[in-house]
Amino acid sequence: MKIKATVIDSVGLQRTITRLAHEILEKNRGAKNLVLIGIRTRGEFLAKRLKEKISEIENIDLPFGVLDATLYRDDFRMRLKQPEISVTDIKFDISEKDIILIDDVLYTGRTVRAALDALMDLGRPNSIQLCVLIDRGHRQLPIKADYVGKNIPTSINEEIKVKLKEVDEEDAVYLVDIS
Amino acid sequence: MSLSTKHLLGLQNLPREDIELILDTATTFREILDRPIKKVPTLTGTTVVNLFFENSTRTRISFELAQKRLSADTVNFSTASSSTKKGETFKDTVRNIEAMKIDIIVVRHQSAGVPTFLTRISNASIINAGDGFHEHPTQALLDFYSMKEKLGNIEGKKVCIVGDIAHSRVALSNIYGLLSLGAKVSVCGPPTMLPRSIENLGVKLYHDINSAIKENEILNVLRIQLERDAGNTIPSLREYHKYFGITKERLDKYNKDILILHPGPINRGVELTSEVADGEYQIILDQVTNGVAVRMAVLYLLGTLPS
Repeated sequence: MKIKATVIDSVGLQRTITRLAHEILEKNRGAKNLVLIGIRTRGEFLAKRLKEKISEIENIDLPFGVLDATLYRDDFRMRLKQPEISVTDIKFDISEKDIILIDDVLYTGRTVRAALDALMDLGRPNSIQLCVLIDRGHRQLPIKADYVGKNIPTSINEEIKVKLKEVDEEDAVYLVDIS
Repeated sequence: MSLSTKHLLGLQNLPREDIELILDTATTFREILDRPIKKVPTLTGTTVVNLFFENSTRTRISFELAQKRLSADTVNFSTASSSTKKGETFKDTVRNIEAMKIDIIVVRHQSAGVPTFLTRISNASIINAGDGFHEHPTQALLDFYSMKEKLGNIEGKKVCIVGDIAHSRVALSNIYGLLSLGAKVSVCGPPTMLPRSIENLGVKLYHDINSAIKENEILNVLRIQLERDAGNTIPSLREYHKYFGITKERLDKYNKDILILHPGPINRGVELTSEVADGEYQIILDQVTNGVAVRMAVLYLLGTLPS
């Protein structure tokens, strides 16, 4: 595994979060009916940062939850390896809410598909909008993000590594070679 | 992380890491039980058969709910309505059921060793739901989950299993599992109800219930199994209750911080008074709820094992 480029650095990540927060607020005309839900693991921490940014801008404390969509994945039947599962932590009712679903990287779209199914089992939201830090292309399902931190065209021999201080040493996004 | 085994036959030879993986996985499923839609699609297309050769309410319903909440397809078999009544051998019954393409078999039988025998004649994953006086692993696992939920950790905790140890598969699974998790385990009961040499397993012995209450943090109180001739080992139920029954007075007097578990069904007024069975020391109904989550965890871990 070899780092080919730094896509976003620590300062850049802060600017991107700030822009995404403003875009979300602009499109929804404020934050009134919004709730933030991050997909484990790194989506959780991005969602937390967006929550803080939005509270800075609008002075409002948005409900925040964490979703683990592993049990809804479509690759269990392939029996390749057993994924680790963890707890979904959404302590509020999502019915009639406008959900901002947050993940770090949008790739095939399969995780988002699983997350959408998982959310539908928790209630009937008014809308679900998808916010990702990186869109790297190669979609296998008809899924598109509403808010994108950065579009990075990649080859399938490359991977995007998102590093966040909460779980990693640093804040950064790298493009790495895995061939 | 995956389990090191394809079957859950008992806790005797199950590595500690496997027990901990099951308990950790169960927390994920416990959350699902509080949702409005208590179902996930994970085991869609997996077929489970419940083979119950012995009566059961709690365990059978709990397994069935766990299977349905994971979206598995289930079939139930009970001896009362089956062809074993027509003289079919056990082996033929199982071979025929398996010919219908089954992935997991949950089995309860009055003879010890039946689940192990099944692993030899079937390709399915086998889950022991109780075999004779041998083991009842999922009951013990749900006991551990409930203890952890209440007290945080099992390592170093003093746990006493009270009652008819000799006729209890729950006791044996508890002893094996608790010792492997690092608890200090003891048993308490009249000498006729304690198997000879049980202390060789590494457990302490009590014949006085008051000291057992005083010196332990958790009591797992077993049912006096009248249907298994437990009546032959004690003069009368009243006498058993007098010397070994858990009463509120005893708990208030000797240990106000104790936690009481019971695998059910309760003989009220024998091993527990009604006051204790419904009182502040016990977590009996939490155990039942947690049982579904623990069984979901076992079914998930065995049903999605990489092939």
